[in-house]
Amino acid sequence: MKVKRTNLWQSFRTATWLGWKIESNWTDPFLFFIYSVVKPITGASIIVIMFSVITHADFTSPMFAFMFIGNTFYQYVAAIMTGVSWAIVDDREHYRTLKYIYTAPVHIPLYLIGRGVARFLTATFAVIILMVFGIFVLHIPIQILNVNWGLFLLAMVLGAVMLSMIGLLLAGIALNTVRQNFFIGDVVAGSFFLLCGVIYPLDILPNGVRQIGYLIPITYWIELIRRSFVGNIAQAFPTFTQFSDLQLVLILLGTAVVFGVIGYFSFVLFDQRAREKGFIDWSTSY
Amino acid sequence: MQILPQISRKASGLKLFIMTVLGRAYPRVVGTQREVSWLLFDVLMPMGGVIGYVLVYKALKAPEDYVGFVVVGGAMIAFWMNVLWSMSSQLYWEKEQGNLALYIISPANLMAILLGMAVGGLVATTIRATFVIVFGSLMFHVHYVLTSLWQLGVVFVLCMIALYGMGMMASSMFLLLSREAWHIANLVQEPVSLASGFYFPIKFFPFWVAAAASFIPLTLGLDAMRQLIFTSGPTLGFISVSLEIWILLGLSVVFVAGARLLLKKMENLAKKEGRLTEARR
Repeated sequence: MKVKRTNLWQSFRTATWLGWKIESNWTDPFLFFIYSVVKPITGASIIVIMFSVITHADFTSPMFAFMFIGNTFYQYVAAIMTGVSWAIVDDREHYRTLKYIYTAPVHIPLYLIGRGVARFLTATFAVIILMVFGIFVLHIPIQILNVNWGLFLLAMVLGAVMLSMIGLLLAGIALNTVRQNFFIGDVVAGSFFLLCGVIYPLDILPNGVRQIGYLIPITYWIELIRRSFVGNIAQAFPTFTQFSDLQLVLILLGTAVVFGVIGYFSFVLFDQRAREKGFIDWSTSY
Repeated sequence: MQILPQISRKASGLKLFIMTVLGRAYPRVVGTQREVSWLLFDVLMPMGGVIGYVLVYKALKAPEDYVGFVVVGGAMIAFWMNVLWSMSSQLYWEKEQGNLALYIISPANLMAILLGMAVGGLVATTIRATFVIVFGSLMFHVHYVLTSLWQLGVVFVLCMIALYGMGMMASSMFLLLSREAWHIANLVQEPVSLASGFYFPIKFFPFWVAAAASFIPLTLGLDAMRQLIFTSGPTLGFISVSLEIWILLGLSVVFVAGARLLLKKMENLAKKEGRLTEARR
C-alpha cells in the first residue's frame, strides 16, 4: 500500500513522540535526566583517567582533545544506529506491536528513524554535559567564539542522516534474525569505534585494517566535528593533514550517499523478505 | 528426546537443593553453548573493548604492562556483565516470561535457583573469559610473571564467590522492580566498569574513592590479580594482596549471607504487594 505524502511526516513525528515516551516515562524526569547522563559520563571518564594516568593529567595536549571530542561525539553513533535497529526488537519481541504498525498507514523506514530520534535527544544531553565538563573542568583548548559552527552544523546534519541510514540497514537485518538481533547494533557500533579512529589516530591501526576505516563515513564525520571545535587539531596528527575542510565534507557527503543508498535499499529488500517469510510477527521470547 | 533423567522419587532437603542447583545451572552451561553466535558475540564484544583500550595505551606510549592490565580487565568484564544481566536482573526476566510464578509454586528453594544460575553462569562465563585472555595475550604479546599461583587461585575463587553473592543479593532487589529493572541494570554497568578499574590500576584514584570502590568485589580481585601476574603489579597495587584476600573473604561472607536474608524478605514483600506476576510493559 502506498503511503500518502502527509503520512510521511506523521509517521516520523508520531514515532519520535512514541520513542521519547518509551525511553523516558519509566521514571520521573529528574531520575531520567540522571540516567541519561551518568552512563556516558562514566564511560567517557574511563578514557580521561587512562589518559591522566599515563600523561600525568596533561589535558592541554592535542592528543587529549582528539580523544575526548571523538569519544564524546561517538555517543551519537551508538545512540542513533542502535535506536533505529532496536525499535524492531522492542516492537516485535517486547511490545508485540510490530504487526499492527505494519497494518497501519505508516511509512516504516521513517517510523524507525523517528524511533531513533529519542535516543539522539538523550545522547545530546550527554554530549552537551561532557563538552561543558571538558571545556570548563579539564580545560580542553576549545574557545567557544572560535568554533566553526557552520561546519559543525553541516557535519551534524550529514552525520545524523548517514547514521540513520546505517541504522535502517541494521533494522533490516534485525527483522530477519532471531537470536542475534539484540547484539547487532552494539557489535557494529563497537566495530566502527575501533575502525574509525575515534579515540586514537587511524595510523595506529595495522596496514590493511586502517584502509577499512577510510571507507567508513563516520571516520570523516568525527574528523570534521573535531576540526569544527579545534581547528588546528589536524596538524597534530598526520592522517588527514592533506585534506581541507571542504574536501572532507565532500568525502563525507559521498560516502554518506553510498551508505544511505545501501541502507535504504537493503532495508526494502530485507523488509520484503521478512513479509514473505512471515517474520513480522515473529516472537521468540528471547 | 529425554535429556534430563526422569524423576522417579520425590526429593527433599539437601537433595532437592542440589537437584535444583544442577537443574538451573544446566541451561546456563549447555543451553548457551548451543547458540554458537552468542559465544562469538560474548567473546567479540569484550575483545572490541580490549583492542580499543590497548590501542589507546599504545597511542599514548604507555608501559607494556598496561596492555596486560587491559587484557585481564577485559576478561573480568565478562563476569561483571554476566552477574549484572544474567544474575541481578534475571528474576525480572523470569517474571516477564512468566517463569517466576512457576519457581515460587514449585517445591524448589529460590536460593537454590539463584545458586544454580550463579554456578551455571560462572562456568559459561569462564569459557568466554578464557577466550578473551588467550586471544588478547596472543594478539598483544602480553608478558606475565606469576609470583604466587596459590594466592592467584584463592583471589579468583573468593572474588567470584563475593561477586556472584552480590549478584544474588541484587537479584532479590530486582524481584520488586518492573520495567525500570532494565534501565537500572543499564545505569550501573558503566559506573562499575569505571570504579572497578577494569582498564587502569585503582591506585590512581584518591584513597577513599578506591576504598569505596572496593565494596565491588571485582575491584580488589582485579587489583590483586594484577599484582600477582605483572612485574609492575606490586608497585601499582592499591593495598597488599594478603589484605585484599582477607577483605574478599569478608565480602564473600557478607554478600552470600545478605543474599539469603534479603531474598526471603523481598520474596515475602513481593508476595504481599502482588509483584511476582505483574508484567508492566
